[in-house]
Amino acid sequence: MDFLNGLVAFLNFVFVPGLAYGAQLAIGALGVTLIYGILRFSNFAHGDTMAFGTMVTIAFTYLFQNLGLSLGPLPTALLALPFGIAGTALLLLGTDRLIYKFYRQQKAAPVILVIVSMGVMFVMNGIVRFLIGTEDRSFLDGERFIISARAFKEMTGLQEGLAIRTSQGLTVLTAVVVVALLFWFLNKTRTGKSMRAFSDNEDLALLSGINPERVVMVTWLIVACLATIAGVLYGLDKSFKPFTYFQLLLPIFASAIVGGLGNPLGAIAGGFVIAFSEVTITYAWKKVLGYWLPESLAPDSLVQLMSTDYKFAVSFAILIIVLLFRPTGLFKGQSV
Amino acid sequence: MSDNPYQDTRGNKDASIAKQGARGTSEGGDREGRATPAPSGPFLIGENMTGGYGKGPDILHGCTIAVEKGEIAVIVGPNGAGKSTAMKAVFGMLNLRGGSVRLDGEDITALSPQDRVVKGMGFVPQNNNIFTSLTVEENLEMGAFIRRDDFRDTMTQIYDLFPILKEKRFQAAGELSGGQRQQVAVGRALMTQPKVLMLDEPTAGVSPIVMDELFDRIIEVARTGIPILMVEQNARQALEIADHGYVLVQGSNGHTGTGKELLANPEVRASFLGG
Amino acid sequence: MTVNIRNIALFSIVGLLIVGTGLVQGWNSALLILNMGLISAIMALGVNLQWGFAGLFNIGVMGFVALGGLASVLISMPPTGEAWSGGGLRVLLGLALGAGTIAAAILTQKRMQGRARNWATLAVLVGGFFLFRFVFDSAVGAIESVDPASTGYLGGLNLPVLIAWPVGGLFAAGAAWVIGKTALGLRSDYLAIATLGIAEIIIAVLKNEDWLSRGVKNVIGIPRPVPYEVDLQQDAGFIERAASFGLDPTTASTLYVKFLYGILFAIVLIILLWLAQKALNSPWGRMMRAIRDNETAAEAMGKDVTARHLQIFILGSAICGIAGAMMTTLDGQLTPGTYQPLRFTFLVWVMVIVGGSGNNFGAVLGGFLIWFLWIQVEPAGRALMDLVTSGMSDGYWLKDHLQASAAHMRLLTMGVVLLLVLRFSPRGLIPEK
Repeated sequence: MDFLNGLVAFLNFVFVPGLAYGAQLAIGALGVTLIYGILRFSNFAHGDTMAFGTMVTIAFTYLFQNLGLSLGPLPTALLALPFGIAGTALLLLGTDRLIYKFYRQQKAAPVILVIVSMGVMFVMNGIVRFLIGTEDRSFLDGERFIISARAFKEMTGLQEGLAIRTSQGLTVLTAVVVVALLFWFLNKTRTGKSMRAFSDNEDLALLSGINPERVVMVTWLIVACLATIAGVLYGLDKSFKPFTYFQLLLPIFASAIVGGLGNPLGAIAGGFVIAFSEVTITYAWKKVLGYWLPESLAPDSLVQLMSTDYKFAVSFAILIIVLLFRPTGLFKGQSV
Repeated sequence: MSDNPYQDTRGNKDASIAKQGARGTSEGGDREGRATPAPSGPFLIGENMTGGYGKGPDILHGCTIAVEKGEIAVIVGPNGAGKSTAMKAVFGMLNLRGGSVRLDGEDITALSPQDRVVKGMGFVPQNNNIFTSLTVEENLEMGAFIRRDDFRDTMTQIYDLFPILKEKRFQAAGELSGGQRQQVAVGRALMTQPKVLMLDEPTAGVSPIVMDELFDRIIEVARTGIPILMVEQNARQALEIADHGYVLVQGSNGHTGTGKELLANPEVRASFLGG
Repeated sequence: MTVNIRNIALFSIVGLLIVGTGLVQGWNSALLILNMGLISAIMALGVNLQWGFAGLFNIGVMGFVALGGLASVLISMPPTGEAWSGGGLRVLLGLALGAGTIAAAILTQKRMQGRARNWATLAVLVGGFFLFRFVFDSAVGAIESVDPASTGYLGGLNLPVLIAWPVGGLFAAGAAWVIGKTALGLRSDYLAIATLGIAEIIIAVLKNEDWLSRGVKNVIGIPRPVPYEVDLQQDAGFIERAASFGLDPTTASTLYVKFLYGILFAIVLIILLWLAQKALNSPWGRMMRAIRDNETAAEAMGKDVTARHLQIFILGSAICGIAGAMMTTLDGQLTPGTYQPLRFTFLVWVMVIVGGSGNNFGAVLGGFLIWFLWIQVEPAGRALMDLVTSGMSDGYWLKDHLQASAAHMRLLTMGVVLLLVLRFSPRGLIPEK
């Protein structure tokens, strides 16, 4: 019984939150890794793109709530998501036309594009703060829990409860669908294959008649989807605050690099590696260990390896360790 | 410092922010001209071509290269003579300052490389001529990117021509040996069913046995009626199979003739064929 | 020659902008902008050294600046005697244990062979970590319980704060050495992400290690290198001199203090600028540029590129550390909660790119100009919003929203300025020769 209680506590406080956070990071990192693979630079504006997409989704969520539209037990934000994606797609395509395209024509070095993306980051950051302000916003409605801790306790008779929030269940489910769709697209469709070919070898792609501008456009569209979905899921699970989204850049970059920049599979693996390490290392294990260890060994202290404020330190430490042993990341980056 | 401020990386090699490795270098991708009728002359000819890369000095000085239907034409010459540059010029991958390129009765000088693919030209560059992270089959599919019809027959033909590729069709092309990679590269170019095939040193870096096999395959391709324009380091072997040969010297035509003539020419023998 | 006239004109424009501020908004504001402009120019100088002359992409400027700030506290604040006797030595022992663990792990990794190697390293790390936490945690508890409302930390060395400036540089240099050693030594370099990460970690440490920096409770009242306004206002001689300028003692004292800071900062900037120019025109500087422009050739000539990169990375970071110490001295307080990457990392990058990467004078110009904009865009934005909303009735939601959001115009403006310069003048206002 104690073992089961410990297991449930572990699932409740470590596994489920880690899984949800990992899925959010993975989708974010997929966007970063796609831009890196195809446009060849790390997009510093990605966190702010996520914030922008979430902001548009929030606006539509509020609108639908006012109109009385809802999805019943599911958050209204799901209904607003397509509009958020469309808004972000317009923003990204506009940014590309107005800013990035010029540098492609100049055959600019990728590192110059990185600096350009810093400028874009400033602008997007300003736009988001200007439009929605800097404060915390929660836009989750509908049923809060799939299983609440109390219901679980009543059901199983255990001391510990396992709560699964709707946002967590939704995150994992969405992540599975998104990833499956993305891989199907990249590996099975003609356009997807041409994107991989372009990422692999630009000159040869040109010789095969692949239109670079089209590849770039499709890439931005996919990135708009990924960024908005990641942002909305994160916002539903925690809350929306522009500065937090900007700060998500570090764990997202860390995920993409740990997995191997340019490799979509790596981005997913990296997301989960980073998320689980963060949660594991910053969780106070006293409760779980109290159940698992014999009474004489039960810990007095919190058994928290590091305070939660050090979660960035964890992302970074994992990153360095992986790079020291495998400089190309867990999965070798695609032709990096 | 680079001349183009947008290309100035300051020697930065940071892999965490910018994808390293060669990026696309070919010029003329944004060329938007059209082909104009120009009947007469050989099937494919780059005539009096003059030009170089970007704003750099001229590498080609009035160089002329042509290939007729059903023939193999070979370009040989010392290192730095501009052989690869001439091929790229014919394919539109650098902006010419003089001269013209004509294909099958049309002047295509103003066309971009991708438009030339549509016109029926196939090109196998010397380096980076396969998509290493894609499977063999995907490489062939990408070769057929411009085709909207059913290309399965063409793929079967290519698997017949290069049986080893069929065996490795689901393997990443980057995992293959040098000779097999060259077969993928040629196969990719053939997928468009080109009217003319251009090969830039197809035997570079492969062992002599593989080289012989590759030559055999190239002759086989030529027998199907596709004219072949080829740059070769192994001048003797190449000229033996060539209907037409061009010896380039410093970006212009040094000697021209049939393969046999050039092999018999004492001057050519002395300077390029080792006596 | 024309270039020189152009440069002088550009600097004059910035000078005029600041003088204009003085005439319109008062000299207090002008001196504030000037002082922070001087500090910004120094930060830009540091980043320019790294990016402009070696192509090193440092996006952890914030961390080095914060380390400089920490130096101000550790050098100039009075020590907390009780805290030292309570847990001071134990904290140091704990830190030594931590450092020893890492050293032992590296040694294990280097010396051992075979499969056991990684396990042994892991065992050393885990064992060392728990030992470290055991010693460290109790010491921290003891220190932080000493009068937490006013101290609760170890305090500093009670030395003149000016010493903190070079020490801040040393702190930053030390951190840069560790980062550079790891990130530049990897097969392909990963400096950008490494600096981004370490900056966040440094801020997290400052925010959470109360025994060291009082965390988010902030350290206030850091001693000054210049007199206090209140003292000046008591000084009969000063009042008399102020009166001769036609100023009342309060205004005169604030202006005088800021002016003194300005002089100190200007001296530091001039010294650093002179050193940077000297270094770059020396054989060392020529070698750095040779490496930047053609690394392969430089390597072939036997230059140790990684070592040179490490060197310039440390130097540039040290300059940022000095600037950070100066800034904390000017503020008189260390507030870890205010360090944000947009302000302390990316804004400095805007300064360098706009000013002209690879040109020290460009970086200095960019520092002044961008800082001026950063400060002035906010009132300008507010004025703009007042204009836009003048037709709307009071209490209308859009009016309230627009006026409340005016502050965010500055981020937008910085982005637009950076993008415009990159697009139309990619080498910056004062390009490298």
